[in-house]
Amino acid sequence: MALTHPNLISRFSELGINDRATVGGKGANLGELARAGIHVPPGFVVTTTAFERFLAALDPQGSIRREIEQLAADDLAACTRVGAEVRARLESAALPEDLQERIASHYAELHKRTRFAEYTEPVAIRSSATSEDSAAASFAGLQDTYLWVRGADSVIEHVRKCWASLYAVESVMYRRRLKLSEHGLAMGVVIQQMIDSRCSGVMFTRSPNTGDRSVVVVEASWGLGSAVVSGEVTPDKYAVGKITGEIVNRTVSSKLRQHRPNSGGAGVIDEEVPVDQQNAACISEDELHALVDIAKRVERHYGCPQDIEWAIAREFPPGENIFLLQSRPETVWAAKDATPVAAPKSKPFDHVFSLLGGGAAKK
Amino acid sequence: MGADGKTHSFTLPSQLADVLGTEDWQSMYPYYTRFQPEDDQRFWFYNAMHFPEPMPAFDAITAEIPYEALGAFTTRIFVFPTTMGIEHRIVNGRIYITANPVTDPTEIQRRLAIFRERAGYYYENWNRLFSEWKVRMENLIHELEAIKVPRLPEFDDAEVVMKAKGLGQNHYIRENFHRVTELFSKMWHHHFEMLMLGYGAYMVFFDFCKKAFPETADQTVARMVAGIEVLMFRPDDELKRLAKLAIEYCVDDLFSADCDAKRVLNALRARGEPGRRWLAELDKSREPWFHMSTGDGFYHHHLSWNDDLSVPFAALPRYVEQLRRGESLERPTERLKEERGRIIAEYRELLRSEDERQAFDQMLGLCHLVFPFVENHKFYCEHWFTTLFFKKVREFGALLVANGVLSDAGDVFHLQCVEIESALADVSLAWAGGGKPLGAAHWRPIVEERKRIVEKLKEWNPPPALGPIPPAINDPALQMLWGITSETLESWSATVEAGHEKEIVGFAASPGVVEGIARVLRNVNDIGQIREGEILVCPVTAPSWGPVFGKIRAAVSDIGGTMSHAAIVAREYGLPAVVGTGQATQRIKSGQRLRVDGNRGIVLILD
Repeated sequence: MALTHPNLISRFSELGINDRATVGGKGANLGELARAGIHVPPGFVVTTTAFERFLAALDPQGSIRREIEQLAADDLAACTRVGAEVRARLESAALPEDLQERIASHYAELHKRTRFAEYTEPVAIRSSATSEDSAAASFAGLQDTYLWVRGADSVIEHVRKCWASLYAVESVMYRRRLKLSEHGLAMGVVIQQMIDSRCSGVMFTRSPNTGDRSVVVVEASWGLGSAVVSGEVTPDKYAVGKITGEIVNRTVSSKLRQHRPNSGGAGVIDEEVPVDQQNAACISEDELHALVDIAKRVERHYGCPQDIEWAIAREFPPGENIFLLQSRPETVWAAKDATPVAAPKSKPFDHVFSLLGGGAAKK
Repeated sequence: MGADGKTHSFTLPSQLADVLGTEDWQSMYPYYTRFQPEDDQRFWFYNAMHFPEPMPAFDAITAEIPYEALGAFTTRIFVFPTTMGIEHRIVNGRIYITANPVTDPTEIQRRLAIFRERAGYYYENWNRLFSEWKVRMENLIHELEAIKVPRLPEFDDAEVVMKAKGLGQNHYIRENFHRVTELFSKMWHHHFEMLMLGYGAYMVFFDFCKKAFPETADQTVARMVAGIEVLMFRPDDELKRLAKLAIEYCVDDLFSADCDAKRVLNALRARGEPGRRWLAELDKSREPWFHMSTGDGFYHHHLSWNDDLSVPFAALPRYVEQLRRGESLERPTERLKEERGRIIAEYRELLRSEDERQAFDQMLGLCHLVFPFVENHKFYCEHWFTTLFFKKVREFGALLVANGVLSDAGDVFHLQCVEIESALADVSLAWAGGGKPLGAAHWRPIVEERKRIVEKLKEWNPPPALGPIPPAINDPALQMLWGITSETLESWSATVEAGHEKEIVGFAASPGVVEGIARVLRNVNDIGQIREGEILVCPVTAPSWGPVFGKIRAAVSDIGGTMSHAAIVAREYGLPAVVGTGQATQRIKSGQRLRVDGNRGIVLILD
């Protein structure tokens, strides 16, 4: 094995944004963030090479890919049937043994490395598609995320599930509609220490409402971020000036639902937020400013506005309790930036004539 | 209220009732300040920023003459395309105003052509014109100072004969009183000569920032505009200088807390050389820097520091104490400049194209060009000139007292300007005819009645606005100066919602959140009441409150926008401030515990 060492697994610390092709967008981004010194829960990625090997072992003739490519984009019945067959094959096949060992040892390493031992065992497992997270097109929402997974066997099982999700009927039909080639279609799988978050949310280094680049908009709600991302709660909302740090807007909402890890076992529980917390702000002003600082660093690192997922860990001390789970370039306003707000004029005071001219002066 | 329960209109002017026992208030003001039936069709708002108290009869001239001058420059001289002047009305002693917009596109075009040429000339030559302006204004001030109030001796001076002047002293009563009001009018014309153009430059930059950075707070934009070296800080700086000198000359022991100005001055005179030296330095500071009004120049009782040394002397002990403790009193101007530079550079960097950056540079450059005038004119006009003006009128009041017409010089401010002329004519006639003025019997009862009325009118809570709510208020000048937008009107018209009785919303003028005890000051003369660490709640903060800002924890005002002086000073002192609340002084009581959130513009009553 050592001679033809294929890169089956990469730790975040070994990855950067240019590794998108081998670990998928999510994995590459997490690696990039970790490398930039941003606090992300430790983890690793099962690479696309591992997927290719798994698929090659399972289907040496490449029949699966051919069969998919022959599906008509509008043939729902066929897409559903073929997709289900492929998923069943993928989910029931054993992974190559060396891969299983490596996943298990990296999982164990993750476990050992963390100081807060009792919180290291659970991991989040997320698919990381190679075409995902790019500014142009997005598979977002078409792949799976599994939270609070515990134990090596379960981790391995969920890796298979992630891979199988490539063949979910929506994904298949999406690719058929865009006439994308199945060859080279691959997926990395991110396995990351799972944070039991007191609260979590998203933040935008460019206002999603107005496109204002001078504010960071932070949305926050109780519990795991899945409740915010899925739109099940109306989060608290803040807008903070990037340059002066002042809070220009603050809306504390009624947050009725929260996601919590199933403390006894695996998975996540969707429950009602305790009544006394529903209308309480879920982050402090200090935490807000710390989040904004991180958002600014991430934006500066990437050189363009970012949409970021974050979490504040329940049992970690302040200063160490904020984690980023994801960052991707903002795409909505980036597409609207064509018209400039103003152009220089021959004399500075010509601007006065434009404004006070009641729209009559265009020169 | 409409049938559906929604507010479509504020109270109409015609619906306002007189305050019981003040039915004769109309006699204090000219006929052209009264609401007319057709005024019910227009939107008016209470100009509490400039006129937070009922107007004594004479003081109404501080609305009349400024609005004459303002309108002349916008409507007739520079010919602003979309706006003419401001009309004002007085009801129950309070001044309501409305702006006259130009909306016809053809008319706007026609006006714009003229405006371009004329405004362009001023912008193009701004610095030269401002230098000349200062000279003109100082000359005007010296002219005012030089005006003599005649003494009316038993026999006129021999000089009238020997120099063949051919004019009796009593002529100068008429001429010199006229001169005083004429110069006041000239001052106000000069005041508006450049001011509205200055605001035009601000408006352009604020408008740009609203488009480029829609969620950025106005106070942040204001921080980019505001200059650091501002005349209005100078009087306060002079106090700091004098505090330093007191220690240097070893006379600082005289400046104990609650020291009395007169007693300190006497003690200094008894201190030999060090005392004399300090007094000489005091005299240097007084001319002109103590011509600082305790208000903002719209009421006769806003005396200057020179008129009433107790105001500056109330601040001195604190500065002396701070210096003794080794604290620096210097304004951190370098740090402020650096911070402003950083903010500007970072906003500029966020712009998306070189074109936008160039436009940004032009607009901000224009703001920085006009800022010194916009900020510094206040010292010349509202403070230096105006306090001398009231002092001069008071001297004519003293003449009326000397001739038995009035019993106190200050009573003169309870007569309209034309009534003073009339009373002076009475004195002049009596002196010439050898008889007695008839004014005592006529004016004294009127003055007493008006004093009573003004006092009584203070009990009235003027509604913030009157008449139909306009579909949209987009006038940037109203927003810049008075902080009035459609949202403000909405909050004014909304009845206090259940659960929000303790929340007062205004403009976030200076960032930060603090808690503290409220001190509600309706009148600037009560400034001495404020204690260390309290939160100042007032109708409007005036620039001369500078020394107070060192004491207080936060400031809340009824009226004011982001470029109002209160906002500028609060930002400079790093104090949270919420301005333009419309009703803080009505809803907050002294002694209540408040939380002032200058980031969001919210004041919470915690008790």
